[in-house]
Parts: sequence; structure tokens; C-alpha cells
Amino acid sequence: MNRSSMWEAVSGVVKRDLLLAMRRRSDAAMSVFFLVIVASLFPLGVGPEPAVLKTIGPGVLWVAALLACLLSLSRVFTADYVDGALEQMVLVPQPLAVLVAGKVFAHWLISGLPVVLLSPLLGLQFGLDGEPLGVLVLSLLLGTPTLSMIGAIGAALVLGVRGSGLLVALLVLPLYVPVLIFGAGAVTGSMAGVGGEANLSLLGASLVLSLFLAPWATAAAIRIALE
Amino acid sequence: MLQAVGLSCRRGERRLFSNLNVKVEPGTLLAVVGENGSGKTSLLRIFSSLLPPEEGSVLWDGQDIHQLKELYAGQLTYLGHLNGIKDDLTPLENLMSATSLAGEPCSNKGAKEALEAIGLKRPIHHLPSKVLSQGQKRRVTLARLWLSTRPLWLLDEPFTSLDAASTSVVTQRLLTHVQRGGLAVLVTHQEVALPAERLQHLRLAG
Repeated sequence: MNRSSMWEAVSGVVKRDLLLAMRRRSDAAMSVFFLVIVASLFPLGVGPEPAVLKTIGPGVLWVAALLACLLSLSRVFTADYVDGALEQMVLVPQPLAVLVAGKVFAHWLISGLPVVLLSPLLGLQFGLDGEPLGVLVLSLLLGTPTLSMIGAIGAALVLGVRGSGLLVALLVLPLYVPVLIFGAGAVTGSMAGVGGEANLSLLGASLVLSLFLAPWATAAAIRIALE
Repeated sequence: MLQAVGLSCRRGERRLFSNLNVKVEPGTLLAVVGENGSGKTSLLRIFSSLLPPEEGSVLWDGQDIHQLKELYAGQLTYLGHLNGIKDDLTPLENLMSATSLAGEPCSNKGAKEALEAIGLKRPIHHLPSKVLSQGQKRRVTLARLWLSTRPLWLLDEPFTSLDAASTSVVTQRLLTHVQRGGLAVLVTHQEVALPAERLQHLRLAG
């Protein structure tokens, strides 16, 4: 199969998923609202001292972003699995891993990118400003695609399993730990004045690694689920 | 030519069939019949390469389909018993995204003609698919047959929830396909009204 038809198939998958998300805007909006609400609960619970909020801010925002991603994971493959579209995706002349990468990219556009775009506003809520705020946005921009990539493996592994929502959380959350540490670490580092470059580099490395490995692992999991 | 050599299939504890040998020549249709749970769908999934057989192999023009991989997928149109229809998309969008995914993208006009060929009139093309009846959804899926140029068709109970008129339209399409030298494997409970020399039956014992 030549490159242009592969590109056509992948862009077809992305376009279809975006179109579906447009038709069901409330689904996509849900995880964003979830993020906003979780991030807003902390100031209410912890109290309004600016120093405390500033300290916990990066960690809270990153955990909230991570949970928002987790919440939307079930949407990546479940519907396609139930209605048979996933079978069709396996039986095409293109490598499944490439189509999977397309689906994960669409998932990130729908549920990851809004988180990145909203993060400066939420950061302000926690008293972050200047460079740390920029680092927060940058760390989420590098980190959320990794979350989608790793999450897709979990989402594919639990296809057809009852109570998969909780199971996927148990599978995926431990794998999210490094991303969380690097991401929140970058922001606290920049707040402490040591700069966030090291952690941002590690986030970038995780992204590259997950881009390289996750689609293949996900494709293998999908094939097993469809047997 | 599609050939099954010594196929065995086991689902859980049950052995569905063993040492199954069958050959489908170009220009013929294999109708797989048998009771519910006799392994018809499993056989079709083995033919499609979705399910690896426990023993034996499936050969396409003499080569194992699990070695051909994507090359084999390029020879194949598989329509399972699930429709793969998205409720939020219109029949036209569903059909066009399915064909572009399969690597046979079609124009808007081509998709409309295919939908009309199977008896879905123009106003229906732009409705969300969730308002369609079961039979209409099945027809949206089957419309792909009018756009497929692949030599091998694997169809799982294509006539389910179709009315008599649509059944005969689909049968006519199958006839054209095999007359052009195509192959088809059909899982069905109904009689397929094709000339006897083009039709081969395989009865699974269950």
C-alpha cells in the first residue's frame, strides 16, 4: 500500500472521530467541565491562603488533567467495538497501529487540547503567573498526548470486559505516575527558580517513546479483544 | 481462490469443527449453513483473519493469509453481523467513512448511487442513522457491496432484517459479483437464489 492511501485512511479516521465528537458535543465538554470543577474544589477545601494554593497548584492541576483524560478514555474504542466499526478497522490494507495513532490523535484533540487551552485560566486560580504559568501550559502540551497514548493501551486491553471503567483506571494510573512527576515537577521547578527545562525534556522524551511504542501495543490489544 | 486446509476451531471448551477442508473457486459462492452456534460466524471470522484457527490454515491463491496480512486485507470486503453504523452520522457519511477506511474511497455521487441501488431513497441519505429501522441500517452497510471492487466478499447473514425486495436486490448483486469472477462466502439461514453451478453449500454439524 502506498503512502497516500495510508494518509487518506488515517485522515479519514481522524475526520470521522472529530465529526462524531461534533455531533455529541456534550460528551466532549464533560471532561473539560470535570477538570474545571475538580480544580475549583481544591481552593474551596484547602482554604484561600495564596501561599498554600501556589504550592499545591501544579500538582492539583496535573492530577485533575490526568483524571479528565482517564474519564474520556472509554470513548476511544468502546463504541467502535460495540457497533463493529473496530472489526472493519482491523481488516484494512493499512497497518492497524497507524490507524490507532490517528484515533488517539483525535482523542487528544477532543479531550486533551481543551485542557491545555484552559490551563492558564485554572493556573491563575492557584496564583500561578509569569514563567511558571507558561511552563504549566507547555508541560500539559507535552504531557497530555502521552496520557492519551498510554491510556489507549489500557482502553484497548479492557475492551469487552465488564466494569471496564474502574479496571482501566487501575491499569493506567500507575503508568501515568512518571508523566505526573515530570509535569508537576517542571512547574514547581520553575517556581523555585531552578527552571523546568530538565523535566520538560523528560516529558518530551516520554512523548516520543509513547508515540513510538503505544500504537503497536494498542493494536496488539485490539486484535486480542476481537478474537 | 480461497482454500481452507484442515481447519479446527474451538471456542472455550467446545470444539466447533475440526479438520475442515473447503475450496472456493473464482466465480462461485460458498453458502455456510447450520444451526445456531455451529460455528458459522467463527468460520467466517477465521476466513477474514480476525480469528486465528486452532489448527490448519486458510490459503489465498496458495499463500497463508496470516503471512499475507495487509495484502490479504486488500482483497477483502468483510461485513460482519454488526453493522458498524454510527447513530450520529447520516447514512451517506457512514457509507463514505466506511469505504475510505477500507481504502476504496468513493465520491459523494457514488455513495448516493449505491444507497439508491439498495433502495434507500434520497431524503433518507441525510437523516441521522439513529432514526433508521434495523433493516434500513443493514442496507446502509450492504450498500458497500455496490462500491467494492475487491474479489473476495465475506458476508455474515446479509439478509437478516431485509425485506423480500431488498433480499432479491442483494442476491442480484451477488450474482453480478460471481459472474465477474469474484468469490463470496456467505453465512446464511436462507436459501440463496443463485444458479446451482455457482453455488456451493457447506453444512456445519454443530
